Amino acid sequence: MIVSLGLLLVCQLLGEIVARASGLPIPGPVLGMALMLALLLARDHLAPVIPAEVRDGALERTSNAILANLSLLFVPAGVGVVQKLDLVAAHGAALLVALVVSTVLALLVTVATFRLIARWTGDAS
Amino acid sequence: MTEPFAVWVYLSRTPLLWLTVTICAYVVADRFSARVGRHPVANPVLHAVWMIGLILAVTGTPYRVYFEGAQFVHFMLGPATVALAIPLYAHRRTVARAILPMTGALLIGAVTALVSAVAIARALGVPHDVLVALAPKSVTAGVAMAVSERFGGDPTLTAVLVMTTGVIGAIVVTPLMRLTGVADMRARGFSAGLSAHGIGTARAFQVDLLAGTFAGIGMGLNAMLTPILAPVLLPLLLG
Repeated sequence: MIVSLGLLLVCQLLGEIVARASGLPIPGPVLGMALMLALLLARDHLAPVIPAEVRDGALERTSNAILANLSLLFVPAGVGVVQKLDLVAAHGAALLVALVVSTVLALLVTVATFRLIARWTGDAS
Repeated sequence: MTEPFAVWVYLSRTPLLWLTVTICAYVVADRFSARVGRHPVANPVLHAVWMIGLILAVTGTPYRVYFEGAQFVHFMLGPATVALAIPLYAHRRTVARAILPMTGALLIGAVTALVSAVAIARALGVPHDVLVALAPKSVTAGVAMAVSERFGGDPTLTAVLVMTTGVIGAIVVTPLMRLTGVADMRARGFSAGLSAHGIGTARAFQVDLLAGTFAGIGMGLNAMLTPILAPVLLPLLLG
């Protein structure tokens, strides 16, 4: 577990370094994710130099445990938001209507486009 | 024997108390969510947040003090983002086959999320600077705040609108997909991540691992596209 956690942090750190050094508008953790994906794709070729935990399922267990509790990680920021609700007070009702309708529209349009193109490209699943 | 007040003075100054409160509130909210079969209204983020907010209000604790404890949980958002690579790798063939549907859904979905929010709020009389803060509401908080700030919006207001969008998306996505009869977990997850970023993604992982994988992709792609779309669309919408 510790090696897996360390590996996630190393990928994030490298991602942050690349993001800052290159000035790309992509967040460091997203680059870290790309790096982790590259590492996984190459892991069979890297067998002699890579820690055993990348290959024996430990990395999967640690990551899936974190992702299963992804909701928890938004709680501290959410609590901060509750304290700032006065910011939306002036236009509260209008903003709530805009957020609800826009979110519903975005969900429906995205899902419909996805399904439509999937059907066009002969993918029925 | 120490007075209770002295114990409180100690506790209120250590990160231990608020870290523990954060995790316990989440466990209560998550257990309840599991008990009611992951009903969308029993969203664990929503219910953990108001419980903690209430405790902070009753004890008169400032957010800054709370965050000293809660920051350890907040910090894990970075490693969790990296961890999205693991389900992505596991489903890489399914993901590769869906590249065209994802590209089209990304373009049309990201434009819809931004344009509809700004257009509706504008029609309801919301002022210009608030519209700017609202525009990136479907994107993950860090990126949304940067977009908002660049065009003169208040990043804190954006954070509030982003979190609210996440909770709304996480609550409505499942009923909406049932109502419209969409069973394709790839499309459902992708739209949840695109429209409601990490909180939508967390919801997708509750429902289905494949949905969660596609939600992570939707969230990541929209975080890349919206900063490019905003400078093109905002002048058109606000002009």
